[in-house]
Amino acid sequence: MPSAPPRSYVWARRVFLTLLTGFVLLPVYVMVSSSLKPLQDVSGKFRWLPSSVTISPYIDIWDTVPLARYFVNSLVVAGVATVFSVAIAIFAAYAVSRYDFPGKRVFTVTVLSTQMFPGILFLLPLFLIYVNIGNATGIALYGSRTGLILTYLTFSLPFSIWMLIGYFASIPRALDEAAAVDGCGPVATLFRIVIPAAIPGIVAVAVYAFMTAWGEVLFASVMTSDATRTLSVGLQGYATQNNVYWNQVMAASLVVSVPIVAGFLLLQRYLVAGLTAGAVK
Amino acid sequence: MSRAAVTRRRASLPYLLLLPAVLLELLVHLVPMLIGIVMSFKELTQFYIRDWGAAPWRGLENYRVSVDLDAPVGRDLLNSFFVTCAFSVLAVALCWLIGTTAAIFMQDAFRGRGLLRAVFLTPYALPVYAAVITWAFMFQRDNGMVNHVLHDQLGLVDEPPFWLLGGNSFPALVVVAVWKTWPFAFLMIMAALQNIPGELYEAASIDGAGVWQRIRKITMPSLRPINQVLVLVLFLWTFNDFNTPYLLFGEAAPERANLISVHIYQSSFVTWNFGAGSAMSVLLLLFLLVVTAVYLLATSRGRKSRA
Repeated sequence: MPSAPPRSYVWARRVFLTLLTGFVLLPVYVMVSSSLKPLQDVSGKFRWLPSSVTISPYIDIWDTVPLARYFVNSLVVAGVATVFSVAIAIFAAYAVSRYDFPGKRVFTVTVLSTQMFPGILFLLPLFLIYVNIGNATGIALYGSRTGLILTYLTFSLPFSIWMLIGYFASIPRALDEAAAVDGCGPVATLFRIVIPAAIPGIVAVAVYAFMTAWGEVLFASVMTSDATRTLSVGLQGYATQNNVYWNQVMAASLVVSVPIVAGFLLLQRYLVAGLTAGAVK
Repeated sequence: MSRAAVTRRRASLPYLLLLPAVLLELLVHLVPMLIGIVMSFKELTQFYIRDWGAAPWRGLENYRVSVDLDAPVGRDLLNSFFVTCAFSVLAVALCWLIGTTAAIFMQDAFRGRGLLRAVFLTPYALPVYAAVITWAFMFQRDNGMVNHVLHDQLGLVDEPPFWLLGGNSFPALVVVAVWKTWPFAFLMIMAALQNIPGELYEAASIDGAGVWQRIRKITMPSLRPINQVLVLVLFLWTFNDFNTPYLLFGEAAPERANLISVHIYQSSFVTWNFGAGSAMSVLLLLFLLVVTAVYLLATSRGRKSRA
């Protein structure tokens, strides 16, 4: 057993972690407390405590902007993008981790290097492609949820594939071979052996994909119409009016954050486990 | 089925599995990128936006304008480039430092560690727009928290300063970016620390190494491979960051915090000059490619010669 750490270490740790906790929680506190304030508290000088606690911001947010519609749009877009992104990443990672084939290196390098593309470079061309596909085939991609889903699912693909390759590689080949002896083909092996053994990695990738889609701003601001607007653009609706209802902005921010933060914190142990077994190796 | 057919099916299976990923990458990343490069050689203003194929070729004119330091366009781009470099270096260094320190301090179990870990990951889990809008509220001049503390409570400044305009916008931007990005470094380092075998630490402590020495001699060297990837990823993210400045400052970012993504966005969508915007994006991509290649060469060679 390593000996107990010296006092200097314990104190350094205590001071550092306390300061860091303060820095991290400060905006969270401002968000929560301001969302319970009446309007005059957030228009005048900042107050640490509300002059009176009110829940009316939570009622008003739904009328000031069509928040419910944005919410549904974000949920559909992020949910569908996640399902497809994870499925596609599983197939690709399985191919890379279990087979040798010409072009394998080109594939992994190309996919990973798309991570470094500035989003701004392909924003306009993609917009033009979607418009042209729409004109040529009648499939509306621009301004539709489908277009946004297609876009978002590729945003999380590179990291997901990379992480799952590492994760699948850590699953012993002996399991695959045993399945092959039992008469499983490659696809059956994937579904019966590899996927069940890789659940933590898959959950981690799904969390990442959902968060990526839920938080994206740049493409959402260009590619959505009024009917398909998502939360990332919709929330700015409170702030662009002459009078900023900061208490409502904070209430709405909190409402859109709670599901994602709760889900993330519940599943974070999978994320750490997935990273430990996969990407970090 | 004949044996040859089975072999053929086996050989094509990996490609079938990759097909969806390849098609999507082509549609959303690679083809648009190529079109973007083509566009950078065209005079693509609002007159041609409906039929961009008809836009006249401009050769290298868009590039010449972008790097012409005697004209405002080139000077603005260069300024934005330097601001982005300073921002990225500072933000990456701080994120790495805070993330690594926190992860190492939380390597040993102590009471409340699980709760603290959840708290630390919260900024990463929060949707970026919710987080940045909250910071924008805190940085308001008249009703924000920051000025309330600095001016009203501590009396450190005579006049409440503007944080989202002028020179102060740069530190404000760095603070927000670090706040929301450092947990990613923390998460990666934390995962990497779990792969360091416990026996290494035990052996070191039998040899009489103190806790600080164990960190220097065992922990830091073991983190070198993950640091190589982590620093690169953090750099690419912060350098391309659009969300933070866009949400913090709106469409018109102050000069001192005019990150390159927002600058290009403005040059393309506000002035409707997509040819010039594309040329700037291509220059940005080239710069990132060169930096990445040099970085990977330098760090990999360093690692090999040490090994």
